[in-house]
Amino acid sequence: MSVITLKVNGRTHSLDVDPTTPLLYVLSDDLELRGPKFGCGLSQCGACTVIVKGEAIRSCSTPVKDVEGVEITTLEGLGSPEKPHPIQQAFIEEAASQCGFCVNGVIMTAEAFLDKNPKATEAQIQQALAGVLCRCFTHVRMHRAIMRYAQGRA
Amino acid sequence: MKKFWKATSPLALTPEALSALKAAGFSRRDFLKTSGALLVGFSTAGPASQPAASQALGERAGAASPPANQVDSWIAIAANGNVTAYTGKCEIGQGMSTVQTQLVAEELSVPLNRVTLIYSDTAFTPDQGVTSGSGSHPANFNNTNLAQGAATAREALFRLAAAHLGATADQLTAADSVISVKNDPAKKVSYGQLVGGKKFNLTLDRNAKRKPASEWKVLGTPVKREDLPAVVTGQFEFVHNVRLPGMLHGRVVRPPAVGATVVRVDESSVQDMPGVVQVVVKKNFVGVVAQKPWQAIQAADRLKVTWTPGTGLPSYSRYYDHLRNQKPTRDTMVLDSRDSEQKLAGAATVLKATYYHPHQMHGSVGSSCAVADVQADKATIWSPTQGVWPQRNTAAMVLGLKPENVRVIYRRGSGCYGLNGADTVSYDAALLSQAAGKPVRVQLSRQDEMAWENYGSAFVMDERAGLDAQGNIVAWEHESWSPTLGGRPGNETPGNVITGMLAGFQPQEFAPRSPAPEPREFNNNGNAVPSYVAGCIGAECYGTGTIKSARILGHNVRSSFWTGPLRSPGRLQNTFAQESFMDELAAKAKADPVAFRLRHLRDSRLSEVLQAAAKAANWDARPSPKPGIRKTGVATGRGVSCVLYEGRNGYCALVAEVEVNQSTGQVAVRRMFAGNDCGPISNPDGLRNQIEGGALQGVSRALLEEVTWDDQKVNSFDWKTYRSLPLGFEAPKIEVVLINRPNERAMGAGETSITLVASAIGNAIFDATGARIRQVPFTPERVKAALDARA
Repeated sequence: MSVITLKVNGRTHSLDVDPTTPLLYVLSDDLELRGPKFGCGLSQCGACTVIVKGEAIRSCSTPVKDVEGVEITTLEGLGSPEKPHPIQQAFIEEAASQCGFCVNGVIMTAEAFLDKNPKATEAQIQQALAGVLCRCFTHVRMHRAIMRYAQGRA
Repeated sequence: MKKFWKATSPLALTPEALSALKAAGFSRRDFLKTSGALLVGFSTAGPASQPAASQALGERAGAASPPANQVDSWIAIAANGNVTAYTGKCEIGQGMSTVQTQLVAEELSVPLNRVTLIYSDTAFTPDQGVTSGSGSHPANFNNTNLAQGAATAREALFRLAAAHLGATADQLTAADSVISVKNDPAKKVSYGQLVGGKKFNLTLDRNAKRKPASEWKVLGTPVKREDLPAVVTGQFEFVHNVRLPGMLHGRVVRPPAVGATVVRVDESSVQDMPGVVQVVVKKNFVGVVAQKPWQAIQAADRLKVTWTPGTGLPSYSRYYDHLRNQKPTRDTMVLDSRDSEQKLAGAATVLKATYYHPHQMHGSVGSSCAVADVQADKATIWSPTQGVWPQRNTAAMVLGLKPENVRVIYRRGSGCYGLNGADTVSYDAALLSQAAGKPVRVQLSRQDEMAWENYGSAFVMDERAGLDAQGNIVAWEHESWSPTLGGRPGNETPGNVITGMLAGFQPQEFAPRSPAPEPREFNNNGNAVPSYVAGCIGAECYGTGTIKSARILGHNVRSSFWTGPLRSPGRLQNTFAQESFMDELAAKAKADPVAFRLRHLRDSRLSEVLQAAAKAANWDARPSPKPGIRKTGVATGRGVSCVLYEGRNGYCALVAEVEVNQSTGQVAVRRMFAGNDCGPISNPDGLRNQIEGGALQGVSRALLEEVTWDDQKVNSFDWKTYRSLPLGFEAPKIEVVLINRPNERAMGAGETSITLVASAIGNAIFDATGARIRQVPFTPERVKAALDARA
């Protein structure tokens, strides 16, 4: 164990953890955040995605020591139920969810991609989601929500 | 009143139950002592397994308390007019909480935001069995218990208002929690005023009149999902997010091969690892408990367990022959007109084909999770189970506790689609917590989730039918083989899932039966009977079609793998075979597939969804395959399929348009058109979401999904070895046509569209290329082989 400093959603935390622990466990168990989720632990589904330095990364397979001191944004960091981020609002408007477990990965992946590629085409956005799974298959609505958001910010 | 008392002792109210009570204007003590309320109890409805006789409405002071082992459910209208509704049907992601809120708000004419719904907690809510079928079963709609309870309350309020306002009940109308005289709106009284400080304890009245659909204002409208703002902002509490003081983390160690048993567990192999609290062994159940999840994971990986070799698995490559030839069997004759052999002998043309469907998995995106707090003589389990009461009863068996001392609280897990790891992980958490004496959270690894879940069953299906000289079907025979092991644990079989079996419980025993007894009644629950068969038992016909001569026989055999309900269990497989075969018959008769279906249907609702889907697709009426096919390049085609789900539970038709790359065998679905009729529509947007999701999940299952294994173990254990269409695939455009029938019986819709996808795509591939695919999934290799086999 060693003390690690994490900057999450604008707050700094000092945590005594095993530095090899995957970031996800620290976020969901030490910090009790509910956005990032364990789906596979293998970087295959996207449920654990967070944004680090503008990149969507898989927190299930990123050791916590690799992100020490850098700004980490989770789904909670985008907006709140009272004041959702525009991409979250688009998901509410399009009812783009069934069970909702995968939504974190979809929103965080799309948000990071669109931040870097604000003029991306629909096909490019879709390609960016190639490694994200939704087993309720709410794909059509999620695409619609992301396009609504993308067009709204353009 | 007793119900509060019962609910609070010996187990405490959950925070959300307390906040719901507060929102409804109650504090617990106030409620018991002073607060007025109007309550409707469901105790007369009884547990799901034993429907009780209805009782007349009666306002009774101190109604009889429910049996000790059964919690009453109710609708409560507080003195401030707020409504709390308790239900045994849970929100698994299909929109049930929103729809049930709409239902209560509608019957009581109160705004949605004044209704609080509490669902699936054995300390509060009634035993309504399982919430299954993505809302596909009418009982899930809760239109008897919950709506009837609300209607009971409304009638009572109208009687009170009539006395208060000096009018008769039929002169009154209600809106926004206020009852007024229709032609003198100044004369009015609010629910809060009517309830005041008094207590009304009502029993659910089966004869209370539901509000007619023509008067609906909230029900039938696309009300937005109430849970979404919390879900999309990371505030929603999934079972994975439940945290208790002093909670530890568990990890299970599953056998390395099917049938392997524990020889020895070397606890010293992990004793020096940081955070490790305990190694737990109970018969063949092995697990580790640690302070932190990552510590538990590492310890479970490191723990040295010696296992016996596995018992072996049947050959993957010869599996379908294995199923067909396996003995003993349990046979079910669904229908037998006793003349099909003779009719086939006299037919102008006889067609035969065999279809194959693999084991597929639920494959929830999040691996299953549960939290348990087991103390010396009682337990609380936070579980994503579809049935809190069956989970309570079977967890009690696993723990050796009395069922009444176990409380199961539903918390949403990752998408369900049937029996995923929800029940088994609840036993995992309970066993580890019992051993550790502390609350324990368990989330399965991806591998443990996928390698040991109760898979959707594989099927081999033989179809045989005859056409007369005019191209009409004169007889149809269907014979299937499917394996079975375990399933839902129900109220007494924890051994039906892996953890229960490892801990020493047996799965439900296989009961051979051959020959099958004669069918006494028509039951098409498994959709074994094709839609075009008349389904006659004696002089009465119950099916949706016109073909009187039919023989429908099913064989179950013992499975080597766990099996259980997966979205449209058996129905999807049977429908794949029958609707593909119907297409083969239409092609043989050189008839348009839609017209050929219509002329063999006699149920007008099924015909109408078929016509609606065809119209939306701008269906090009002609026989398949399409004329002028070239055997190279990308070919396009369209296919159709239709069904009355479970023989009585939702009409659906689907048109799929595909592109087939004839050099690679790659199939892309470009557009889909669904027609759906499930009676009255309670929330059209929620319904569309289900139809769309079902259609796309069906595409993934038809094109990619298959469980594979070697001679010892399952080899589908992650998203590389069990593939699912990702968000990045180019999803087809889906158009859904909804047919609303407000005055018909409510039917389900969660499993209608998915049932049709494989056959619609297979038929479209045939239309495009002339090649018939009879085995799911339609992988490029398989499609290519069928293309190469064309004459």
